[in-house]
Formats: sequence, C-alpha cells, structure tokens
Amino acid sequence: MTDSADPGRPRNAVRFLLNGAERRLERCAPTQTLLRYLREGEGLTGTKEGCAEGDCGACTVMLTERRDGGLRHRAVNSCILFVPSLDGKAVTTVEAVRGADGGLHPCQTAMVDHHGSQCGFCTPGFVMSLYTGYCAGERLDRPAIDDLLAGNLCRCTGYGPIVQAAETMGRADPATEAGPVDPAALEALADDRPIDIGDGTGRFLAPTTLDGLAAATAAHPSAHLVAGATDLGLWVTKQHRSLPLLISIGRVAVLQRIEATPAGLTIGAGVTYADALPALARHFPDFGELLRRLGAVQVRAVGTLGGNIANGSPIGDTPPALIALGARLVLRHGQAERRLPLEDFFLAYGKQDRAPGELVQSIHIPWPHPADRLTCYKISKRFDQDISAVCGCFNLRIEDGTVTAARIAFGGMAGTPKRARAVEAALVGRPWTAATVDAAMDAFAEDYTPLTDWRASAGYRLLVARNLLRKVHWETAGDAAPLTRLAGAAGLAALPQEMRP
Amino acid sequence: MNQMLTTPPAAEPIQGGVGAPAAHDSAVKHVCGTALYTDDIPVPRGTLAVHLALSPRAHARVTRLDLSAVRTAPGVAAVLSADDIPGVNDVSPLVKGDDPVFAAGEETGGEVQYAGQAVFAVAAETIDQARAAAARAVVTTEDLPAILTIAQAMAAGSLLEPPYSMARGDVDAALAAAPHRLSGRIEIGGQEHFYLEGQVALAVPGEDGDVQVHCSSQHPSEIQHGVAHVLDLPAHAVTVVVRRMGGAFGGKESQGNLPAAVAALAARATGRPAKLRYDRDDDMVVTGKRHDFVIDYDVGFDADGRLLGLDVTQALRCGMSFDLSQAIGDRAMFHADNCYYLPAVRITSYRCRTHTVSNTAFRGFGGPQGMLGMERVIDEIAHALGKDPLAVRRINLYAAPAPAPGFPTRAVTPYHMTVEDCVAGDLIDELVDTSEYHRRRAAIREWNATQPVIKRGIALTPVKFGISFTVSFLNQAGALIHIYKDGSIHLNHGGTEMGQGLFVKVAQVVAEAFQVDQSRIKISATHTGKVPNTSPTAASAGSDLNGMAAADACRTLKARLTRFAAERWGVAEAEVHFLPGRVAVGRHDTAFADLIKAAYLARVPLSATGFYATPKLDWDRASGTGRPFYYFAYGAAVSEVAIDTLTGENRILRVDILHDTGRSLNPAIDLGQVEGGFVQGAGWLTTEELWWDAKGVLKTHAPSTYKIPACSDRPVDLRLRLWDRGVNREPTIHRSKAVGEPPLMLAMSVLMALSDAVAQAGDGRVYPALDAPATPERVLFAVERVRTGA
Repeated sequence: MTDSADPGRPRNAVRFLLNGAERRLERCAPTQTLLRYLREGEGLTGTKEGCAEGDCGACTVMLTERRDGGLRHRAVNSCILFVPSLDGKAVTTVEAVRGADGGLHPCQTAMVDHHGSQCGFCTPGFVMSLYTGYCAGERLDRPAIDDLLAGNLCRCTGYGPIVQAAETMGRADPATEAGPVDPAALEALADDRPIDIGDGTGRFLAPTTLDGLAAATAAHPSAHLVAGATDLGLWVTKQHRSLPLLISIGRVAVLQRIEATPAGLTIGAGVTYADALPALARHFPDFGELLRRLGAVQVRAVGTLGGNIANGSPIGDTPPALIALGARLVLRHGQAERRLPLEDFFLAYGKQDRAPGELVQSIHIPWPHPADRLTCYKISKRFDQDISAVCGCFNLRIEDGTVTAARIAFGGMAGTPKRARAVEAALVGRPWTAATVDAAMDAFAEDYTPLTDWRASAGYRLLVARNLLRKVHWETAGDAAPLTRLAGAAGLAALPQEMRP
Repeated sequence: MNQMLTTPPAAEPIQGGVGAPAAHDSAVKHVCGTALYTDDIPVPRGTLAVHLALSPRAHARVTRLDLSAVRTAPGVAAVLSADDIPGVNDVSPLVKGDDPVFAAGEETGGEVQYAGQAVFAVAAETIDQARAAAARAVVTTEDLPAILTIAQAMAAGSLLEPPYSMARGDVDAALAAAPHRLSGRIEIGGQEHFYLEGQVALAVPGEDGDVQVHCSSQHPSEIQHGVAHVLDLPAHAVTVVVRRMGGAFGGKESQGNLPAAVAALAARATGRPAKLRYDRDDDMVVTGKRHDFVIDYDVGFDADGRLLGLDVTQALRCGMSFDLSQAIGDRAMFHADNCYYLPAVRITSYRCRTHTVSNTAFRGFGGPQGMLGMERVIDEIAHALGKDPLAVRRINLYAAPAPAPGFPTRAVTPYHMTVEDCVAGDLIDELVDTSEYHRRRAAIREWNATQPVIKRGIALTPVKFGISFTVSFLNQAGALIHIYKDGSIHLNHGGTEMGQGLFVKVAQVVAEAFQVDQSRIKISATHTGKVPNTSPTAASAGSDLNGMAAADACRTLKARLTRFAAERWGVAEAEVHFLPGRVAVGRHDTAFADLIKAAYLARVPLSATGFYATPKLDWDRASGTGRPFYYFAYGAAVSEVAIDTLTGENRILRVDILHDTGRSLNPAIDLGQVEGGFVQGAGWLTTEELWWDAKGVLKTHAPSTYKIPACSDRPVDLRLRLWDRGVNREPTIHRSKAVGEPPLMLAMSVLMALSDAVAQAGDGRVYPALDAPATPERVLFAVERVRTGA
C-alpha cells in the first residue's frame, strides 16, 4: 500500500467550520472533546452531555466533510470526538438548525407538531439526527428511521412521536435547497499538510500519508493511535486517563479505501463501519446486518474496522465475522509490512500481536467459495446499540449435503475472539443433518469456557452458542426454513401482515 | 359569502384552554436547544466545580482519611468531609437521620454503607482539577460484613423496621378450605431512572450567609430545608429555583438533596458559587433506584379461578437507609390486589436493609411491583386450570359497591377501602373488542403450531392505581398568580416541570379560568420564595394538586375583578362573564386587558395565592384501614410479543392500550404520558437489568451496560386511545385524572405475553415462572424449563 509524496511541513493549527464560521485553534489538548469545547469554550449549551460515552446521543452534532466531489453529512457523538480530528470539516450544532429568519426547520416543526419532546434534554440530539437524515435527502421508511434514531435515547416519549416527526418532516431536495454547509468554505480549508498541535501538556499528530504515519508511529512507539475515538474517547471521558501523545490515522486517505481485487476485498484500517457496511453487505448480507447493529449511526460514522481489531476487545463485533471469513491482517512497522491470519493476532485477553511502533494497515478478506455461506448472530439484551453478550459467526461450506469446510468464530465466549475448532472438526466431513448438529453442539464446551458478567451468565452463553448452531441448521432448510429472526427488518418480515408498518 | 361576513362572528374559543391538545410550553425551546437546564445557566465568574469522592467498598470502617494532599493539589479551593458540616450531617428525606452527606471525616472517621457512597468532596477551579485532586486522598478502610441481597437480608433478619401487614378476612381458613391451592415466587428487578439530565446543583452565595440553589429537583422545598439543616441556617436563608428538569421519574424526589447540600457547603466554605454535576457513572452508582422485590404467594381458588384467599409476602431491597422506602413498601401493599377482589387476604411487607444504595421513588412508587405480583398469581392460576388468563382476570374484578350495608360486597380492598369507581371491566370489554383479543389469541396458537423457533404470545392486563400521597399531609399545594397592568399573567405554583407537561396543563387551567389565550400567561420557574412548603411533584398528583391551587387563586382574582366590574358598570355580579378574550359586564363589553388596567387604577389587588388540600382522605396506618386514596386511575393493555426459543431474544409486536384520564386537561400531553410510561415500563420488565458483583459494586452504571429501550424497541404496532367515556367521579380539576404513573403498569401485559409465548414452547405441564426483567437469558432459561419439565 502506497500513497503520494511528502506533503510538506506540519501545520501547528486546526481549522474547521462551526455553524458556518471558521475556527482556527493553535492550542488544543489532544483529547479536548468537541462537547466540552462547544459548551465551555463556545457557550453553545444546546448540545447536552447525557453519558459521555457515545451511547445516548444527547450530544449529537452534524459533521460535514468533503467526499467524492460533494459534501457528506454524518451525525456524530460530540462527547467522544476529539477537536483536533475536526480539521477540514464542518460542525453544525442545534443552535444553527433554525433558518436565518428564525423560522423552525421542518424537522423541528415536525417535532413540535407531533409532541416529540417532553423533558427536552435528549431533544437537541434527536433534532440533529433528524436534521442529518433530512439533509441526506433519502426516503426514510420505518427500518431506516429506527436506524437513524438508534443512537439517540429518549426516556420520556417512548419514541412514537419522534418517529412520526421523522416520517413527516420531508427531506432535502438538493436541486432547490442550499445545503447546510457552504462547499466553498469547506474547500477553502482543504490542506494536505500534516498537523502537529498541542497545548503544552499533550500533542496530536495527524500525518496525511501512510509513510508519514508509519514513520511517526515507529518514532513514537508509546503514542496512542486514534481513528474515530469511539473507544479511545472513553479512556478520556470515563477512565480520566491522560493521553499525552495521539497519532491520528484519520487523514491518511489510502487507509480509507476499500479495494476489490481478484483475491478479495482489502479494507484500509481507517475505513469506517459506515463505509464498510454497504461493501460487506453486498457480499455477506449477514455481516452487513451485524454491522448495522454495531453501535449506532453516530458510532459507525467515525469508528473503524481497524480500531475494532486493534483494540483487541473480546467482544468486538467484527473480528468473529472476519475470522470466519478467513481474513488476514496487514501490519506495518516503518517500511516493513507483515501479514498474519486475523485469528493469530489475538494472543490473550488485552494482548495482541502488535509490536510497539507497529500499526494495523489493512484487512484482507478472500473471496468466498461459491458454496460458502456466512451466518452471523449478535445476541445482546437490546437489539440496537448494544454490546454483544455472544457474537457467533459461522462460515460453512455445504456441498452435496456434506459439510466440506467450516470456520466458526465467536466473541464473548473467551478472552479473545476465538475459533470453535472442536465444533468445526465435529462438522467437517459429516452430513449436514440435525444429528450431526446435535453431536457437534457438545463440542462448544471443549472450545469455550465463558465467563459470567453483567451481559450474560456463563451458562447462558454456552447454551446460546449451542443453539446458534441449531439455528444455522434451521436456516439452511431452504423453503422449509421456519422464521428464525426477530431483529431488524428480518424481524419485521416475520410479522403478521396486519402489523407490518 | 356576504352572508358570512355580515353575521357577527361567533366567539373564537381561547387558544390553549382546558382540553386543548396544546404543545408542551417549552417545545420550541427544546427543539432549538434554547431551553436552559441547570448546567446551561451561565455561571457567575469564579464558579467552582465540585467532585464527589465515592466509596469503592460496600461496607467498611474508614480507619484513616487523610486529605492533606488533596488540599494542596492544583486549583483546589475547598475540601469537604463530615468534619466540615456546620449543621447536621444528614440529607435524608422526611428527616430520618440516616442519609449522611459524607460518610466520614478526617477527625471523626466513619463507616461507609454502600459502594458509591460519598466520602468527601473537592471544590476546585475546574472539574478536571477537582477529580485529579480527589484521587490524591489517602483512605484506609477495614471491610465489615456486607449484606447485599434480599435473600441475605431476610436470612440475617436485616430489616429497617418490623414487618408491616394489611389483612382482611381469615386467610388461613380460606386457604385451607380452598378447592385449589398453589404457591410460588416472583423475583422482580429494580430499575435505574436514567433521566437524560443527571443530578446537578448550582449554589450561589448571597448576603448574610444566604444561599440560592438552582437545581434539578422534584422537591425544591425539601432541598431548601435540607440545605438549611446542613448549613445550620433557617429555611428563609435558602432559596431554591427549579425551572425544568431533564427527566426525573421519581429519581429527583429525594436524590437531589445530596448534590444541593454539597454545592451549598462548598459555596459556604469558599464564598464562591459552586456547581456539582454528577457524570453519568457517578449518578448511576450514587443515586437510588426502583426497589427490587421478591414476592412469595400462597393462593386458594375455585375451579373457575375465583380467588378465595391470598397470603402474600413482599420483600423489598431498601438499601442502606430509609429514604422513601416506607411509603414505597406501603404502596406496593396497596396495589397487591391490582383490580381484583380478595375475599380473604394477608399482605406482609419486609423492608430489607442492605449495604447497597438506598432505593428510592420511581414512577409507580412500589405500585408496579405489588401489582405485578398479583398478575403473576392470576397468570399461574390460569395455567394451572388451563384457562385463558383473561377469563380469570374478569371474574375476579372488583364489583360495584354493595347497595346498602349488610349486602355482600366484592368492592372492598385489603385495606378496607371501598372501591367506588371501578371501571376496569368496562375498559377491558372495550379493549377486548377493539384489539380483537380472542381472534388473535386463537390465531397465535395456530401459528405457533407451525413454527419451531419463534413463538408468539398475547396477554391483557388491567391497571388500577390509587391517586394521593399515602403520607396524607403531603396532599396540599399552593399557587401564586399576578396579573400585571398590561393584562399579562404571571403563573407560579409549587409543582415542578420534569417533562410531564405540568406547567402547560396548569397554564391551561388558568387560561380557561380567565378565558384568555395561553400566550398571555408566563409560566415561571418553581421558586421556594414564591410558594412555600410545597410537596414533591410526585404520586401523579402534580396537576390534581397544583391545578386546583391555581384554580383557587384564579377564583380569588376573578371574584375581585367581578366585584369591581359590577360596581364600575352598575350591574349585578351575576352579570359579569369572562368570555374568550373579553369580559361581558351586563351589556358592556371590555377587553380583558382593559378591565385589568381599570382595576389597577381602582386599586384592586391583582395578585393572589391559591391553596388546595385533597379532601376525603382518612388513612390509619397502624390499623391498616381507611381511605388512603381520593380516587383510582384505570387502564388496560393488550400486548403481543414474539420470542426466539433458541436465544431468548424477544420483541414487542403489537400493543393496544385504552387508558382512562377522566376528562383530559390536555389529551396530547396525556397520550405522551401513556405512551412514554408504557415503554418505560416495558424496559423495566425486559431489557433493563441492574447487575452488582459479589462485592456489591454496581457494574451496569452507564448506557453501554444498562439498556433502556431504544427506538426500535417500541412496539411495531402501537394503538393508543384515551377512554372517551372517562370522567372522574370526584370533583378533581375539570374532572381529569392523574396520568403520570398509572400507564407504566400497562407494561405488565408485556411480561405476561412473554409468559404466554414461553408456555407455548413447551407442552403446557410446567409453568414458565418468568421473572423480571425478562432478558433473553431469563426467557431462554424459562423455555428450557417448560421444555425439559425441570
């Protein structure tokens, strides 16, 4: 993987648009969150702190960036977004949603008309999610509205009135409406120079080339790499840790590419979940559904596949699917590249096979065999915006009624994402029958010794893992397959006709 | 067209009068981000940030507390512990004396009683400095035995007070004689309020040692008195202002006392304004929650499922102090009958004292748990008899009161109050029709027979909820109304706005009284300097109490204006009529504003207070008899759900609700309360699980781990109606009914529908005995039970 030449000397400032006006900061802590900057620095108190961990959406703002020759708007959680990462982008807060004439925006009018606010504290966040949906200009059906609002918690209304507001607010018509952000103003901020900014206590480096990134990472092996900060942000807001040196991968364009090659899909470490979703869903529908349930739009807008892997969480949702698909990881240290199967990257709880100064560069997914079928299940207390108690991914090759290959990986069952090799062995070479499934289910106890925690008990986890294999079997019954899913659009399809929205 | 123009226009009704579906008064500010919450108020220069240092241990003696390094940390202005309290080290509601501000002092030592209890506080220039400074404390503790669960407390006899019972009839004889009898247990989890705005208080010092507190509280008067006690000030030196809360749900009835007291202490110690805002994690570990319950029942019944005798014990985890647990435990007992007549009954309540956070008020206030115990009994009886639970519910409903003394009656509660207004049967009949309950129940059974993995279930449950504070003296309210010379009206009352729409409802009452548009009325912040000695905005009674108090003030003002107008224009007072936007005085017609101006010039007082005390209440706690409630609110819901029998995942498919709000003051607001209450209740019974580790540390202390319903969790198909025949038989404000809490309990239908779905995964021999919350794990294990017969 390579990219363009040396972009020149670093810039010691961050520039972005805030509600249309340029901000230029020459001093900024690397972990300064956008939320605190807005409330304490700008006096913009419309944006609220509900949880400071990206789970409630009260702090939602709209982030706009140049993309494919146009502008792209995304709802993001300002509570865990670091200000230095805003460079070259535009932030729109609830204070700027009203028209210049003081009139309410259609999404605001719809919220008032449908009684979409009660206590009102979550409301600015909902308005920003609705506003972003409006600006995107796409038609919103019920599943799309559920996704649009999955990252915003409301404790008062029960959501119905807000959904009605989403259904009736209309959508932007790019032909006749000026967008919320002036493209020329954003264009004027474009600048390929790396950023080196700090406040005396810490420093934020944002190289713009892969070579520059690799060099900086190698030169500062104790630095923390940051992409969307949907995990790292919590180290700051929850653990109150000091992170004196951050290196951002967010401005390295080549890391944000998804490339289809004859060998498979190569996904740069900086590709966001949102960008990966359509590409993966096209080839692996269940992986798409798994990603749809990872975080919510605000998290998926900035969180990355690379981050999900590099942080080594035993409950990250993408590693089980990627391991089941036989994905390989490309690591980079200085000029050296290293490749390894993803499953070998996870050594033990909290321990990954990544050397100091090394970075995750990309993920490679080989094209599947025509008879392969990937099935993914995410089991959590809540369907949307929850962390898996168990995440089970099955990549089975069934030819002429026989299992000829199997890669099965789980999250939430061990200290790392882990393959179920005993179960695989109990399946491969055997007929794909209920009897084979019954026999193979017992092998889960050989593969996994899960823990009990607040998400689920060990007993439940093991029982669910067993049952998920049975579910895979039900789902391969062809026309005779019963209904097996409740989440998302698939769940709606299971409803009696009279209840479908 | 000409005809229309020449005909005098009919009087346009006022905008925003009683019964209008008016928007929340702050709706436009909400959507624009301009509604100010306590943390949004621009602070005076020099305002300090306060951070609480919390105990990591559940029960321990503090053997050493050395805060010297905290004091010398950068930016620190004050360090506060139990040694630094001028008054009383207590913020307990109702002054029980068992909720210390700080658990320990450097000189006095102390004992921590739950993990998350405040030990000391730091006030510094910034919150980061305060937090960093607190980490420098040297604290040594010696663990003491900790009682964490209901089971442990019951085994150890750790109770806050002796068991309390209510009884009627000879329950032992009834049980012995009953043709059928069963016993069982339901465990019901607690619930975190998860108001989106956390606890926060800003204390601003004034002259003479006075302090003004801006905070997010349902009970400004208690904050005032609590701060005064802690600071050793008379109440008049403390002023509390609450414009709005970002949600409360009972969690800001008593839980705001501590942050307000600590902010005020910091302001007192430094002479500077001080703000204390809990972040989400602190908020969730420091503050109390809905009580978890274990309910055991022994019930006798006949072959039709008619209840003959019920002996029920309710054990509730109160935590380390009383807080409001006594009244909450009582309310759980008051609702142990739900809508059903119990010929012989004994209810015994055990208020367990544990080394966990002191549990507190939460929408329903014990009622939901008590009621759910009853619905479980009905469900299990139906299962035992092989009947539709709806049939068992119907034959046990309270009947009309006996026509005369001596007649047999099926309308007396376990606390000997006659139910005069039971409309549950009417609501159920109508809802059964409109929801097509019977057709769908049969269709679901046919469908389930074809589906091996997904099973559906359906259930109808009613709600009867008693309205009034059962601590009777709290049933009072005051209001203050000024009419200014220009005819604009300033409205104030003791109720607080937490999103429930109280302010707009009371404004509608005032608009109706004067027949002016609501836009003429300024809704103002709750302020202890305007209306004193108020009760908490709680018990669903906000609009009942404050609406009546405001109406009383309006009556006073209207009487003065009427007298003045009658004299001025020489007509009888009966000829003065307040009409939309104007006042007819005999044949003279005057704009409202003109009348006010004239009244001012004639020196008519244009300010009045109003007061209301709920009538008819007569409750004797010692004997467990009397009338604790002015009236009952009713509703009913049908829920249909689906479960995945391989994973336990579940989803609410369709819900039909019929709810009685009497003659609604504002049907839009009331529908919002019903819908929001239902979804909140459904969260309590499904996804919301509080989880403590073996050392008593709460591990679900943020939305990443504690899951309230998200958008896609609401019912796919929700059909919601207010009962058009509803009217309060008591003369409440415009014959409306309270609506804040009752709808939460409509969600019992979800748990019962899940029970129905689980039962159909098996062969019918084993009862699912599904506990709450019905997480995927509990549902799956219940499926395993009914399938394996274990």
